[in-house]
Amino acid sequence: MNGQIVKLFAFILALFVLLLGFTSYWSVFDAPGLKANSENRRALLLEQRIHRGDIRSIDGQVIARSLPSGSGKDRIWIREYPYGGLFGNPIGYSYTERGRVGTELAHNDELIGNKSEFLSILDELSGHKQEGSTVVSSLDAGVQQTALDGLAGQAGAVVAMVPKTGEIRAMVSTPDYDPNLIPDDYSQLNSDPAAPLFNRATQSGYPPGSTMKVVTATAALDSGEFDPDSTLDGSSPQTIDGVPLSNAQGESFGQIDFATALTYSVNTALARVGERVGAETLLDYMDRYGFNQKPEIDYPSFQLATSGVYDGSSLLTAADAIDVGRVAIGQERLLVTPLQMAEVAATVANRGERMCPRLWSKVIDVDQRVDELDPETCAKVMDRRTARQLTEIMKDVVSEGTGTAAALYGIDVAGKTGTAEVSGRPGCDAPNQAWFIGFAPADRPEIAVAVTVECTSGYGGDVAAPIAAQVMQEALDG
Amino acid sequence: MSARSRELFGLVPVAILVTAGFTAVFIVESAQLGGTSLFYGAYFLALCVAAHLIIRWRLPDADPFLFPLVALLAAFGLVMIYRMNADLARDQANWFVLGLIAFSATIIFLRDYHVLERYRYVIASAGIALLLLPRVPGIGAITNDAYLSIQLGPITFQPTEIAKLCIVIFLASYLREKREVLVVGARRIMGVTLPPLKHLGPLLVVWGIAMLMLIFIRDLGSSLMFFGVFLALIYVATARISFVIIGLGLFLLGAWFFASTVGHVGERFDIWLNPFADASGAGYQISQSLFAQADGGLFGQGLGSSLLELPQVSADCAEQFPSCGAILPAPHTDFVYSVIVNELGLFGGAAVILIYLMIAARGFKTALLANDGFSKLLATGLTAVFALQAFVIIGGVTRVIPLTGVTLPLISYGGSSIIANMILFALLLMISDDARRHARTQQGGDLV
Repeated sequence: MNGQIVKLFAFILALFVLLLGFTSYWSVFDAPGLKANSENRRALLLEQRIHRGDIRSIDGQVIARSLPSGSGKDRIWIREYPYGGLFGNPIGYSYTERGRVGTELAHNDELIGNKSEFLSILDELSGHKQEGSTVVSSLDAGVQQTALDGLAGQAGAVVAMVPKTGEIRAMVSTPDYDPNLIPDDYSQLNSDPAAPLFNRATQSGYPPGSTMKVVTATAALDSGEFDPDSTLDGSSPQTIDGVPLSNAQGESFGQIDFATALTYSVNTALARVGERVGAETLLDYMDRYGFNQKPEIDYPSFQLATSGVYDGSSLLTAADAIDVGRVAIGQERLLVTPLQMAEVAATVANRGERMCPRLWSKVIDVDQRVDELDPETCAKVMDRRTARQLTEIMKDVVSEGTGTAAALYGIDVAGKTGTAEVSGRPGCDAPNQAWFIGFAPADRPEIAVAVTVECTSGYGGDVAAPIAAQVMQEALDG
Repeated sequence: MSARSRELFGLVPVAILVTAGFTAVFIVESAQLGGTSLFYGAYFLALCVAAHLIIRWRLPDADPFLFPLVALLAAFGLVMIYRMNADLARDQANWFVLGLIAFSATIIFLRDYHVLERYRYVIASAGIALLLLPRVPGIGAITNDAYLSIQLGPITFQPTEIAKLCIVIFLASYLREKREVLVVGARRIMGVTLPPLKHLGPLLVVWGIAMLMLIFIRDLGSSLMFFGVFLALIYVATARISFVIIGLGLFLLGAWFFASTVGHVGERFDIWLNPFADASGAGYQISQSLFAQADGGLFGQGLGSSLLELPQVSADCAEQFPSCGAILPAPHTDFVYSVIVNELGLFGGAAVILIYLMIAARGFKTALLANDGFSKLLATGLTAVFALQAFVIIGGVTRVIPLTGVTLPLISYGGSSIIANMILFALLLMISDDARRHARTQQGGDLV
């Protein structure tokens, strides 16, 4: 029987090697996959025990803080948002039950104090408890409040940014939501047809209307095809891509120069400009502005939409059949986010240099070490000369053109209005999407804005421009 | 050095493990633990020395490594249980007192284990009766949808643990007697060697019991373990691999039949194949087990540092952790291996597996050295049933096989398992003492 006993032992040995193999697989080789499994809440549960850092606004207000619950080893920290809905969409929330979104997710590592493997081993040896850092957001509570008040309950979005640094001073999406309600009312908020959890500033693709003409003008002037004095045909209607196109109210302008066409937002003239410039050049300038890619911002990728010309859910390129004349005036199948249009305004304001948008400005760790934002250039979009020419025309838009409602007392404002026709959209019986993009002061810009209002019967110049004026005023005063 | 001195030295690593483990846990959780809890470790070590003295007195020639290895496993378990709940560690140490009493009683009163052969049908009947006890109305209790335990007043007992000893003793003695006729009387039918039907009867009864357990007790794990040891012993006794294949075929056929007809068994298989399909429902246990192991990595999170408790315990659960509020259910019994991998990493898990393997090696070595057929088969059976039980539960929590509820021998919290396993090792040490004494008197030398 001894031979069989030895063979039986060999069999048992094989079984135990199998156990060792599977243990290695789960604990080492497949560990990253298991940790990333959406059903695995262990990381969230463990992070609950860490004192998560505050999020502050740049003017020193506490946007998010953690309050202790329980004591000793069982003590956990629960998030609280003192401003309720004011910062709901940009900042997001962090709850064990629902995970996290927004800045809470994008800056999670800093907020829970994650360090490199080496540093955390040192901490463990020296008996330091892991503690989160304070993240100072680039948002300003005053500007944010003004933007929210300005929208006054209408659905829409406001983005305000500092042209020189890319820092976002206000990001408002309405209807807003109070992140404190997430643990209890998530399902209700998530199924609300008004979509309060949807960050319209970064996730919503809207037709840009005439604000797109700033991009078209950039391509036209910077490529050298046109200059501000070039003569254009402003008659209406004209046939563009085989289909007649009219100006607003069918107004015919006759022969006008380039600057005037932009100041009065003459569709036919600028559609012709678009056709002259061509799809390739126009799309190239769109790319430089940041279209056709996710914005390079410290924000969760799934909460960012890409701006561009869409066919269903796929982006079109210059090689596809595109009605470039209508893209040039913000029609066709062009969809943009308010964040993208704020970048357009900020780029012109920053003399053609597009700064990467940023929602943070500082991180302060528990030992009071400060890490400050180092502004980054994302793209060089146009020459300084082109930017100056555009600024002059955009000043005219506010001083005498379609955007006079954005004017500020004693300060030059540059801007562009837009009104996209959206009639027939589900859940909306008003015809327009109103836009205004701009910056101030025009010659030494400190703030750039994009404002959009969904589903309104008004125009960009009378619905969106006044909100932009208030936001810019607040940003310059503060 | 005499065998017993080796054994005493073998207890040194046990003492180190218990001391270091208790100290590490105490440091991490000093806020919650009282100083007296450290005493439970010392209490356990005293029991180990007591057991050693009994072996030294009655079984001077027994294998010197078996008991230290057993104590090492028990120490592992005790430290893990101490880390979860200090009161449970005290209870576990108390169970070891009862285990030690059963161990000593077996050694002292059963002077010659060969007498067990004479009572094999009594023992077999007792084993089957024990298996059926949990279905007796009034005392049977349902654990995890299976009839695994009986409840007598405040005491819960898992009779399968004792039944496994009865079945092994019966099989060893029955096969010792019938092994020749099973081989000689075998006929080849269509190229397959079949044992004679007359002598196959009692063995088919064992198969029947395994099947019955599947459907009646709903205990897939024990069923697998019992049938495994049955096949192992048939193979060792007859050297016919065809018998094993036929047996395995019958088992798989039965298992497939019940899997497709009895929802409980079929569900286990589905969860095994797709654990994450319903990770918050039916697949919760196994997914949590894998998640816990993933957090372990190579070296683990450290004793006392892993996440075991949910921060908010639901109000309808009044008992203490780990009965309530565990993120991984049953961390002290069925899933203790996952917790070990979590806190001590792949290396900790490998250490546990290695200790089981070394015990198996010593057990089979005892079988090799034994003088008579019954001793060989009994030692083989006891070792195999012990190793298979470890495989069934570690394999279950690491998704090698479907998850079933058996305890991890000597490590899991639980009295019945400790008592049964202490009796198992008393028998194994008695066989070893008998075999090595013969070898020593014949060779006149020391034997390792």
